[in-house]
Amino acid sequence: MATSDKLIEVKNLKKYYNGEAIKALDDVSVDINKGDVMVIIGPSGSGKSTFLRSLNLLEVPTSGSIIFEGVDITQKKGPDGKKLNIDRHRQKMGMVFQHFNLFPHKTILQNMTLAPMKVRGVSQAEAEKKALELLDRVGLKDRANAYPIQLSGGQKQRVAIVRALAMEPDVMLFDEPTSALDPEMVGEVLDVMKRLAQQGMTMVVVTHEMGFAREVGNRVLFMADGKLLEEGTPDAIFNHPQNPRLQDFLSKVL
Amino acid sequence: MNFATIGQNIIKLTIKYWDKFLLTGMGYTLSLAAITVAVGAILGSLIALLRMSKFPPFKWIAAIYTEIIRGTPMLLQLYLFYFALPQLIPFLNRKQYLCVAIALVCNSAAYVSEIIRSGIQAVDIGQTEAARSLGLSSRQTMTEIILPQAIKNILPALGNEFIMIVKDTSLASTFFIGDLMTQCLLIKGTTYLTMEPLIMVAVVYFVLTFILTKLLGFFERRLRRGDIR
Repeated sequence: MATSDKLIEVKNLKKYYNGEAIKALDDVSVDINKGDVMVIIGPSGSGKSTFLRSLNLLEVPTSGSIIFEGVDITQKKGPDGKKLNIDRHRQKMGMVFQHFNLFPHKTILQNMTLAPMKVRGVSQAEAEKKALELLDRVGLKDRANAYPIQLSGGQKQRVAIVRALAMEPDVMLFDEPTSALDPEMVGEVLDVMKRLAQQGMTMVVVTHEMGFAREVGNRVLFMADGKLLEEGTPDAIFNHPQNPRLQDFLSKVL
Repeated sequence: MNFATIGQNIIKLTIKYWDKFLLTGMGYTLSLAAITVAVGAILGSLIALLRMSKFPPFKWIAAIYTEIIRGTPMLLQLYLFYFALPQLIPFLNRKQYLCVAIALVCNSAAYVSEIIRSGIQAVDIGQTEAARSLGLSSRQTMTEIILPQAIKNILPALGNEFIMIVKDTSLASTFFIGDLMTQCLLIKGTTYLTMEPLIMVAVVYFVLTFILTKLLGFFERRLRRGDIR
């Protein structure tokens, strides 16, 4: 289970739009430890996606800090005094999107080998070997030379997961990975995520799949109106919710 | 006036002038259009880059240029370049063709820059996010992910721009630079016939643009086919 090694420290994270008119993130602080499977739940517009996307700076926060592996990536300068190169930190954070975002002009294999080759300088042979291994793990080895358009939604999302894994990240961020899927394909994607969690991958998952949160997560965060309102074990959150907003939310979704 | 006479006259004119006037005219028209689109595409790409740059003054310069060119008549731009350029640059004195070509290039570049900008911006933002989240730099994202997809939006629109330019070069006949429309005016001057040369040249323009449209459609279908595979 989780050790107490901090992987990501989020401190007083704020994201405002129009001055202070819209507070998408309102002072969120949380530590993500190595091996955590942190599931973030909450009504739509609660800021959970904004929070997740801030972790690798796809959204640039208005203020606050994100300390990833000891480096505050919200700063312009790194600890060595040089300009902080966010690309180097992003490599270590895999991200999976609601709409998969596979590259349509590249084959599955090319989708997976592009970043390892271009960013990490891995040789093509090595990148392809690794990619095929990963594809084999999610049962898609035979589709390596297909194009994304030829795959079903569930297959695309499995590819998107292993594409991120090909970079050997230290944490995986999932932004509603099953929300755009047909119901019968949700299971195959959740299975892959579950296995990943069992292998000890640190994961932050924004989802509406309460079953997954309960079964796979070791910490559950409830967000509403840009605030982190409650945090706890799945048992505490689902069986003994304290905050009235959480009680209300659970009564609607369960 | 009767149609039979006009028909006979067109045939006579075509037989008499096809090489000297029509072929020469076509050569000028097509070469002018090709130069315009080729150089315009390069200049247009640069303007599009400026327009999308993160440095505000670059953005403004590109935006102002594009708006002015798109907001004033092309004939007026031709006049301006034709009369102003030789005064500013003595080298261009009595080089009408070059002046007109420069005017057309400057005009086309503005439109092409918009074609390129919209082609790039039409690529789903999720593509950029996916690429950046994998650690690709913004430059790598542009060359590996965005441009290969944007090109499929850009090429067909560039082809249409070329067809537009083929027709727009007729405005250059104002300065008798030798294009199809100029030839039409010349034939009119030597034969004292009005209707016949106009119809003759209209047919040539139509055939040219019709062939180009069909060619373009063919390439466009091939580009689209690449999507499905």
